[in-house]
Amino acid sequence: MRTEKDPTVYGLKYLAPSGALLAAVFILPIILFLSRSFLDPEPTLRHFIHAFKEPVYLKIIWITFRISFTVTVSCVLLGYPIAYLLADVKETVRNLLMILVLVPFWTSLLVRNYAWMVLLGRNGVINNFFLTLGLIEKPIRMLHTSFAVNVGMVQMMMPFMILSMFSVMNGIDRTLLRASASLGANKFRTFMRVFLPLSMPGVGSGSLLVFIYSLGFFITPALLGGGKAVMLSMVIEEQVSSLLNWGFASALALLLLTCTFVFFFVYTRFFKIERIF
Amino acid sequence: MRTREHALGTRWPFYLICTLIFLFLVLPIFIIIPISFSASRFLEFPPKGFSLQWYAKYLGSRNWTSATLRSFQVGILTTLFATILGTLASFALIRGEFRGKRLMYGIILSPLVIPVIITAIAVYYLFSKFHLIGSLWGLVLAHTILALPFVVVNVTATLQGFDVTIERAALSLGANRLITFFKVTLPIIWPGIMSGALFAFITSFDEVVIAIFLCGSKPTLPKQMWDGIRIAINPTISAVSSLLIVLSIILLLTLTFVRNRSGKL
Repeated sequence: MRTEKDPTVYGLKYLAPSGALLAAVFILPIILFLSRSFLDPEPTLRHFIHAFKEPVYLKIIWITFRISFTVTVSCVLLGYPIAYLLADVKETVRNLLMILVLVPFWTSLLVRNYAWMVLLGRNGVINNFFLTLGLIEKPIRMLHTSFAVNVGMVQMMMPFMILSMFSVMNGIDRTLLRASASLGANKFRTFMRVFLPLSMPGVGSGSLLVFIYSLGFFITPALLGGGKAVMLSMVIEEQVSSLLNWGFASALALLLLTCTFVFFFVYTRFFKIERIF
Repeated sequence: MRTREHALGTRWPFYLICTLIFLFLVLPIFIIIPISFSASRFLEFPPKGFSLQWYAKYLGSRNWTSATLRSFQVGILTTLFATILGTLASFALIRGEFRGKRLMYGIILSPLVIPVIITAIAVYYLFSKFHLIGSLWGLVLAHTILALPFVVVNVTATLQGFDVTIERAALSLGANRLITFFKVTLPIIWPGIMSGALFAFITSFDEVVIAIFLCGSKPTLPKQMWDGIRIAINPTISAVSSLLIVLSIILLLTLTFVRNRSGKL
C-alpha cells in the first residue's frame, strides 16, 4: 500500500487544508495582534510598563486570579460527590445521571448566563420567592456582584470538573477498596487512605482545566458582574472596542496568554485534554 | 450487591447532597422554560397564566428570524468544513509519520485552550483589514478553527482502534482506494465523525464571543441575544432560550445514541 511506502507524503497531504486554515485564520492573526504590544506605534515596552505600574491593572490581574481560584475550589468541592456517585452507581443509572451533567455542558453559554440573570435579578425569581415568603423586606442585590460571577462560573465549569474527575475515578480498581475493608479499615478510612489518593489525578486535571478556562472567561463576568468583578478578558475587550488602544490590549492579551500557557504546560505534563470531549 | 442496598439506609445524606448539587446544575436552565410561557409582561416565577406571546414575538420579528437563519447557515457550513478538514487531519495524525506530528496535534487542539476573547480579537484585527467583518464566510472560517479540535478528538479516537487489516483485505480483493474508504473505512468510523460533527455544529451555533466581533450588521442568534441581554432583560429571549435548550437536548441525545451505537460495534 502506498501509505506504508511513503508515510510522510500521506500524512502531510491530508493535513494541509487544516494546516493552511489554522495558519491563516488562527496563528497569523494572533501573532499580528500580539506583536502590537511591542510595536505600537514603534518598538516599545511602554504598554507592559503601563500594565505593571498602574494599580488598577494589577488589581484586575489579582481579581482574575482570585475569581479563578475560588471557582476552581468550589468546583472541586461540589463536583467531587457527583463524580464519586457517577463512578459508584450501576451503568443504567449512570447514563441517566450523565445526561444531567451533560445538559448544562451542551446548553448555550448565553442561555445559562441569561438564566442566572433571571434568577438573581432585582425582580428575579429568588428575590420574588423570598419576598412572597416574607423572609426579606426588600430585594437583595445579587446580580452585578462578584458573588453572581462566582456562582455563575461555578455552574458553567462544573461539567468539566465532573468529567475530569469521573474519568479517573471510573478507572480505580475496586478490589483495592475491598482489600482495604477486609484488612479491617472502616468505610471512612478506606475512602481517606485508598480512594481519595487514587482519585487525586482527576482532581488535579479538573482543577487545572477549570482554572485555565476561568482565567480567560469573558461572557459570565461581563453579564453577571456588571462592572463589579472586572476580569482581564473584559479589560482587553474594552481596550479594543471602546478605546481602540490596540497596543495596550495586546500587552494584556499576551499576559493572559502567557498565564494560560504556563498552566496548560503543567496540564500537558500529566494529563490529556482529549479525554474530556 | 448486598452491601450497596444495605448502604442506602446510612448514605441518604450523601444522596441528598448530590441531589442538591444536581439541582444547582440543572434547575437554572429548566426554570427558563415555564417562564417563557408566562402571560405576564414581566419575567415571573411561578409564571402567571399561560400564553405564547414571547414565542409569537420571536417568530414575528424579522431581526430574530433572520438571526436564527444566519446561525443555521454559519453552523451548517462550519460543520461541513470542520468535519471534512478534521477527518482528513485525523487520518494524517493517526496513520502518517512525519516530523512535528505532536506539534501539529497540539496546534489543532490549542483553540480549546487559548481564551476565545484573544482568538476573537486577533481574527477581528486581521479580518477588518480585508473587509471580512459581516461576511458569512469570515465567520464560518473562524468558527471552523474552534470546531476543528472537537472533530479531530472524536475521529482520532475511533481511528486509533481501527484494524487496518480490514482495509488491506478490501484492497487485495480488488476494491480501489476510494471504494475501500466509502465501503469499509467510513462505515466503521462514522460514529466518531458524527460525534465530531455534532460538537462542531453546537460549537458554532452557540458561539458568541467571535460573533460579537465578526458579525457586523448581520447578527447570529447568540449575537442578537447578547445585544438583547446587555440592553435590558428582554422576555423574548426566554422563548429563544427555551428553544435553544430543547435543541441542545436533542443534539445531546443524538450524540449519546451515536456513541452507544459505536460502543456496540
